[in-house]
Amino acid sequence: MKKLMFLLRKEFRQIRRNTFLSRAIIAVPLLQMLLLVPAVTFEMKNIDLAVTDNDHSPASRELISRLSGSSFFRICATPQNYMQADALLLAGDADMVLIIPDDFSEGLAGATTPRLQVLADAVNATTAQLGWSYLVSVVRDYNRDVIISSGAAPSAIPGINVSPRFWYNPSLNYKYYMLPGILVILITAIGLMMCGLNLVREKETGTSEQMNVTPVKKWELIASKVIPFFIIGLFDLALGLTVGWIVFNIPFEGSLLLFFACAAIFLVAVLGLALFFSTMASTQQQFLFVAFFFVMIFVLMSGIFTPTESMPRWAQQFNLVNPVAYLMRINRMVMLKGSGFNDIARDMGALAILAVTFITFAIWAYRKRA
Amino acid sequence: MAFVKKEFLHIFRDYRTLIILFALPAAQILIFGYAVRTDLTNASLAVLDNAHDEVSNELILKLDASEFFDIRYHLTSYDEIDPAFKKGQIKAAIIFPEDFAGRLTREGNAAVSIIADGSEANNANLVTGYTTAILNDYSAGLTKQLTSAMPVIVPEVKMYFNPNLESHFMFVPGVITLILILISALMTSVTIVREKEFGSMEVLLVSPLKPWQIIVGKVAPYFFLSLVNVIVILLLAWFVFGLPVKGSIALLIAECMLYILLGLSIGILISASVQKTENAMFISFLGLMLPTLLLSGFIFPIENMPKAYDYVSLVLPPRWFVEIIRSIMIKGAGFSYIWKETLILVVMTLFFMFLSAKKFKVRLGEGGK
Amino acid sequence: MEREKVIEVEGLVKKFGSFVANDHLTFDVFRGEIFGFLGANGAGKTTAIRILCGLSRPTSGKVTVAGINANHPEEIKKRIGYMSQRFSLYDDLTVKENIELYGGIYGMTMKEILPRTEDLLTRLSFSQYGDTLIRSLPLGLRQKLAFAVAVFHDPEIIFLDEPTSGVDPITRRQFWEMIYETAAHGITVFVTTHYMDEAEYCDRVTIMNEGRIVALDTPSALREKYSSSSIEELFVKIARPKTETA
Repeated sequence: MKKLMFLLRKEFRQIRRNTFLSRAIIAVPLLQMLLLVPAVTFEMKNIDLAVTDNDHSPASRELISRLSGSSFFRICATPQNYMQADALLLAGDADMVLIIPDDFSEGLAGATTPRLQVLADAVNATTAQLGWSYLVSVVRDYNRDVIISSGAAPSAIPGINVSPRFWYNPSLNYKYYMLPGILVILITAIGLMMCGLNLVREKETGTSEQMNVTPVKKWELIASKVIPFFIIGLFDLALGLTVGWIVFNIPFEGSLLLFFACAAIFLVAVLGLALFFSTMASTQQQFLFVAFFFVMIFVLMSGIFTPTESMPRWAQQFNLVNPVAYLMRINRMVMLKGSGFNDIARDMGALAILAVTFITFAIWAYRKRA
Repeated sequence: MAFVKKEFLHIFRDYRTLIILFALPAAQILIFGYAVRTDLTNASLAVLDNAHDEVSNELILKLDASEFFDIRYHLTSYDEIDPAFKKGQIKAAIIFPEDFAGRLTREGNAAVSIIADGSEANNANLVTGYTTAILNDYSAGLTKQLTSAMPVIVPEVKMYFNPNLESHFMFVPGVITLILILISALMTSVTIVREKEFGSMEVLLVSPLKPWQIIVGKVAPYFFLSLVNVIVILLLAWFVFGLPVKGSIALLIAECMLYILLGLSIGILISASVQKTENAMFISFLGLMLPTLLLSGFIFPIENMPKAYDYVSLVLPPRWFVEIIRSIMIKGAGFSYIWKETLILVVMTLFFMFLSAKKFKVRLGEGGK
Repeated sequence: MEREKVIEVEGLVKKFGSFVANDHLTFDVFRGEIFGFLGANGAGKTTAIRILCGLSRPTSGKVTVAGINANHPEEIKKRIGYMSQRFSLYDDLTVKENIELYGGIYGMTMKEILPRTEDLLTRLSFSQYGDTLIRSLPLGLRQKLAFAVAVFHDPEIIFLDEPTSGVDPITRRQFWEMIYETAAHGITVFVTTHYMDEAEYCDRVTIMNEGRIVALDTPSALREKYSSSSIEELFVKIARPKTETA
């Protein structure tokens, strides 16, 4: 135990002296919080709608004004013909094009079926679908009003209104959604990357050989390398959280203790991974590649941007061993919904099992190779 | 030439480099193609049916039948909603008020409440959107029945560029951008700095090779590897999900080469400015990787970001490149549509090349360190 | 005069697969002597030292270091010191911090470390460098300091692996003066070197070739035996490089 204290003192001194690292410890959370959080949003703002009105009737104009009046659409252009509309989509200057045929008002009067043609830029399939569905809503509302004004009873045209309410995040602020996720990335980056690079640096410069001759035990050596980053990781988490609280006003409904406890377990898992990857690399560059590869996969699959429930079965199976996925869920639940220990017990337990497994495996691998 | 060969051998001997070069793009394609979806499937919902009439029942069945939703819980009281959210059991709860069918028939208007889990803002939006669509569909059907004599507007949609509405159309161009910058900038900067740091750079500088030859020698393998990678990605995309290149492949490859050059010059610039390998990696990572991932329009559309980011992304090469690739691959646009973006990339490349050449001259003047 | 043995090696064999790195080595080292270990590269020197230091285990044979059997390396490590030319001190720590670290690792308490540190720095006329980073010091100073740190905890034996490589002749002299002083205090010094003239400074010298000991005696006795005027000459005679054996 005493030896560990000496080793830890050495580690912290070295970290302090490493100006780059010590600056990064402060800068990375700040930068990530301040720069990334505002950027990562799927919120759909205005859809650029181009309209070709071949009908030029009061009816078509009314429809157009309804669309431009809605909060979803922004009329951006009025192409004269199909070719121009096509070009707009190709150039990315419009997200959707509405083409009103010249017999639209006649159709409304009952002569034919009134049709509308919509061209949507479906590169982003989901926004295209959502945009389409918004347009349909506006059209339906308009349709209803047309029918009512022609004398039919309102009850003849049933419409179901959907009134949504968003709990825990009433304004549907995307920052609240993403911020817990960014915090997770933060700890992962610091914990895994920095610790691992540090470990490999030792290997590269041969200082670990020197330690081998001393009576320092393997576990003491490992602990001395890992504990500092555990502490730093938690510190940075607190820093990031504080920034989030001050700058973005994110709510924190649940228990701070629970939050940090889960983060601590997560850090153990992540540091275990760092240790394991460090045995696979003899240079920092190699470590970076290996670690980056796995971290990227873990983060992308974790449900940070897209729901894990929508993933195919194999992906969901994978996430059973993905610590990032667990913390992502836990973070959001505890921070925004105020979920308590009972609610996340299963996730927390699974995370703990992962942590213990990773660290044990890593220590075993480290002893064998070093 | 021998120098280039040595560099190649270096790369291939190290399995970890190969991981990044080949396994990473493959994995990304897989993940982005299959796992990461922007839509919602089988979202767990709860239903609180206070009406218990045939309309509400029919609607519930309709919702359950859709691929978006999976109605797992039939609640009996409002108070059950909060705990269900807290446990993460449901994404939203749909509430039918009493006398739902009655209201619909009498007044022609009834409201359904959705309480969505706002902590997952993205999902909440989607849930609302899909539910609206399904309910709209139903009421349109009713209208048809009731008012067959009345005009019903029929809007038809043609989904351009992506008729099957696949998620990965959006992502594959982004993956290409990411991989290219990873290989061309990150790896070059790291290898050059390593050479500097561990000393063999001085040996090279003393040899009859001119400095620019050394640089080109170091960098050439990555140029080729990047190209190979692009082709591999395209092939993968084609074979795995049938994603074709709509536009001209030649144009695509040409633009890729330009972008690779750009990446290489950035990599060289970084390596000229930094002494320690880990610093090079850090900068490449934070300064290139993350912005590419998050700010280039790869995943998150730029138009949704605060205005300031829009301006910042203007100077990020990935932002332009993603657009170019998307235009060519997905939309099939020709050069006339992307000349502006291409020009910007060209200017950037020249700029970085100029800067790195200057930096290197200065460095060498200082004694080759 | 019965001298105490601090290292006893009997029939040491170390195999890597079918390759025999150490082939039945037998020798003893007495307390307080300066024992030199010579040999060409690949002769098996490093392998043997690693076993003596507790870094690896013998395939067979009996090895006792400081009274401990080589099968308990952890115990051995507590009683020895080590300094290699490849690495000595952490260059991003100060002199004092390095001393503190190694002292603590070898089980000293701060109460013991602090006064002894002052003492050491004064003896070496280093006191003003106490808070200097190692990387700011010239190589010669670093080597001397590394040696001092290696014996700081009063080990029974100190292993030096090519300690004077790359160092100027004056520093080399000073270094060997430190070695003499250490041996005089009763610490056994086990040193490998490829500077043949340094072999002359040792009490006894071993020459290894292809995994076997081909000579073991005092420098003067060896010179006489092989009718050579210098260790270098006899080294070339008896330790032929591998390529010539065919």
